[in-house]
Amino acid sequence: MTETSAWVIFIAAIFTNNILLTNFLGMCSFIACSGQIKTSLGLGTAVIFVMIMTTIINYVIYHFVLVPLGLVHLQFIVFIAVIAAFVQLVEMFVERFSPKLYFALGIFLPLITVNCAILGASLFMIIRNYSFMQSIGFGLGAGIGWAVAIVLLAGLRQKMRYSHVPKCFEGVAIAMVVTGVLAMTFMGFAGMVTIQ
Amino acid sequence: MADKQIACATCQPKGLCGGKGLLTLKEGAWTNNPLSIQVLGICSALAVTNRLENSLVMGAALIFVCVGSNLLVSLLRKRTPHRIRMIAEVAIIATFVILFDQFLKAFYWDMSKQLGPYVGLIITNCIVMGRAEAFALQNPPILSIVDGIANGIGYAVILAIIGFFRELLGTGEILGRTIPVFSEWYTPNQLMILAPGAFVALGIVIGIFNAIKGPEPEENK
Repeated sequence: MTETSAWVIFIAAIFTNNILLTNFLGMCSFIACSGQIKTSLGLGTAVIFVMIMTTIINYVIYHFVLVPLGLVHLQFIVFIAVIAAFVQLVEMFVERFSPKLYFALGIFLPLITVNCAILGASLFMIIRNYSFMQSIGFGLGAGIGWAVAIVLLAGLRQKMRYSHVPKCFEGVAIAMVVTGVLAMTFMGFAGMVTIQ
Repeated sequence: MADKQIACATCQPKGLCGGKGLLTLKEGAWTNNPLSIQVLGICSALAVTNRLENSLVMGAALIFVCVGSNLLVSLLRKRTPHRIRMIAEVAIIATFVILFDQFLKAFYWDMSKQLGPYVGLIITNCIVMGRAEAFALQNPPILSIVDGIANGIGYAVILAIIGFFRELLGTGEILGRTIPVFSEWYTPNQLMILAPGAFVALGIVIGIFNAIKGPEPEENK
């Protein structure tokens, strides 16, 4: 695994191994917040930022604190605490220094703590044994991939408001089916680059 | 719904769950099914359902975590300061997830490998968190256990249904075994065990559930 360059992992995380469309992570907010392009864009930006930062922090903590101390089995609780603390910190920081950004981004920040894509990215990083540079590439790529997917779905759902969907499929059900089609199109990228 | 009391014959005399046991069970497993009605916790529902076996293990994991965390949150509900309840809940849930993860690693190494990060992701599964927050914080321990079991079962059953059909249509087998007549003429459709099949399958299951339940006025829309 170590010979794969960070750049390849970055591209793969966006297209071939999209964290949402092939690993199903971050579905809850994906379905809930994909009503409008503008909202989903805001959430997507927040996810990119938090994901890359928490991946880096978790990498450092895992390899320099947990492994030497033999506390690897505590990784879940440590990771989730790091994510929650980081989100809280960012929220306070943004609120203090950039009220404008806070209003644009603020409501999405608490949502991100429970976004499984963030925790998932950290766990994948450990499972796949990424080096430091690879982790940065993966964190950034996974975040962008997630944002791309949610903006795409938001666009489709906006159009779908004018189409006749069977009564029982309205809302979430049809969104899932559309996501399935979206995932199928992303499968077209398969084979371009491969990571695990 | 809430004012309709269904007598729970076994536990009412002792006053353990105040006759609300059965109602809670029905709420969680059917009327308010976490997966198909509330659409919570779909990440893991999609990821692990490519095989029936994985689905069953995941369902068991969720029942265990949900019951355990509900019980503990409920026991501590009067001692937890309101402001830090979230982080307390997350810590309790994470503890149970770690327990289950270590159990899998010790006794079912292959299964642990297959499920990969998705066991850890139970922590961010909205069902567990939602039940702890919405139910266990307000209710006594025994009732919280019942609620945990109900929601866990509701989740596990849907997971098993999706896993069953995806494995059947995707590989033509069930639990890794061939079925005498079916496997011979059926050509497996690989798409079903890949990502798109998962999305479409869950969409259809939700649609069918909506159809069975009939049109209902949606209050929170």
